[in-house]
Amino acid sequence: MEKISITGSPKTPFVNFNANEGLVEIKGRSIPENSIEFYKPLVDWLDLYIKSPKKMTNVNIQLEYFNTSSSKCILDVFKRLETIYKARNEVIINWFYEEDDEDMLEAGEDYESIINIPFKMVELEE
Amino acid sequence: MSETNFNIKIIYDQMNDGKVIFTYKGDISSDLITDALNIVEEKLRNEKSKNKIKRRIYYVLVECLQNLYHHKDKPPDLINLGNNFAMFVLSKGNDSSYKISTGNFITKDKIQILKDRIDQINSLSAKELKALYKLVLNNQEFSEKGGGGLGMIDIVKRTKNKLSYKFHNFGNNDYFYMLNIKVD
Repeated sequence: MEKISITGSPKTPFVNFNANEGLVEIKGRSIPENSIEFYKPLVDWLDLYIKSPKKMTNVNIQLEYFNTSSSKCILDVFKRLETIYKARNEVIINWFYEEDDEDMLEAGEDYESIINIPFKMVELEE
Repeated sequence: MSETNFNIKIIYDQMNDGKVIFTYKGDISSDLITDALNIVEEKLRNEKSKNKIKRRIYYVLVECLQNLYHHKDKPPDLINLGNNFAMFVLSKGNDSSYKISTGNFITKDKIQILKDRIDQINSLSAKELKALYKLVLNNQEFSEKGGGGLGMIDIVKRTKNKLSYKFHNFGNNDYFYMLNIKVD
């Protein structure tokens, strides 16, 4: 499978999806006006990856800001990961947040409660 | 002054109360949003408030500008303004609170839906808001403009402050919608 490697921009995050390594990373800001356009290739990639995932998939989500239209797209990403998890593969989700950013921690907890995969909440020092 | 000749300049002046950190009126575009957010972020660096508050301000502004971008209607034909006209102000109150105000034209048919939605969000407890947030997040629907219907819910959930709004009539079918959000 082709890798997805996208450099971050002021409104869109850095993305690193690597099937060989079983790695899914989204980092930075996700505040585009059209989130669906940005996330569609990512979700399509995951739909392919679901068919033959690695035994262990490592997921690193480290967002500084994301808008509510991105939040739905991010949930779509998590739902694909949930499918992989339910097929008895290991999926490790690391949700990073800055130390006093309780809103970002809560956003992670909200996702965790919807998709039923345990998240590892990782606090970053500022 | 009657509602019908209510002047954009007067509304704008009213919005610019307190210590103004950033203010804009004119056409809203994707690039304008990028630039405005850059400037606001830079200005917030100089504010003495906690990072938590600064992040919240930035976050609310992001949502508000997206709402303006996606949901503004064009001004009435009689008013000489660009088709993508809107305004927004970030200001600081006398206490340690901040205020984000936005204004845009809207056609009459959308007013009731908008009012009902805001009133409903304002009436909810923190626990109810969280439940509604998760419910809307988890339904698959997107509006035709890509908005998830989550923006205002999330703003109130995060700021824990109610939204205040006003509609000014600009003739038969056109209204000017003003939204105020306090961040503290």
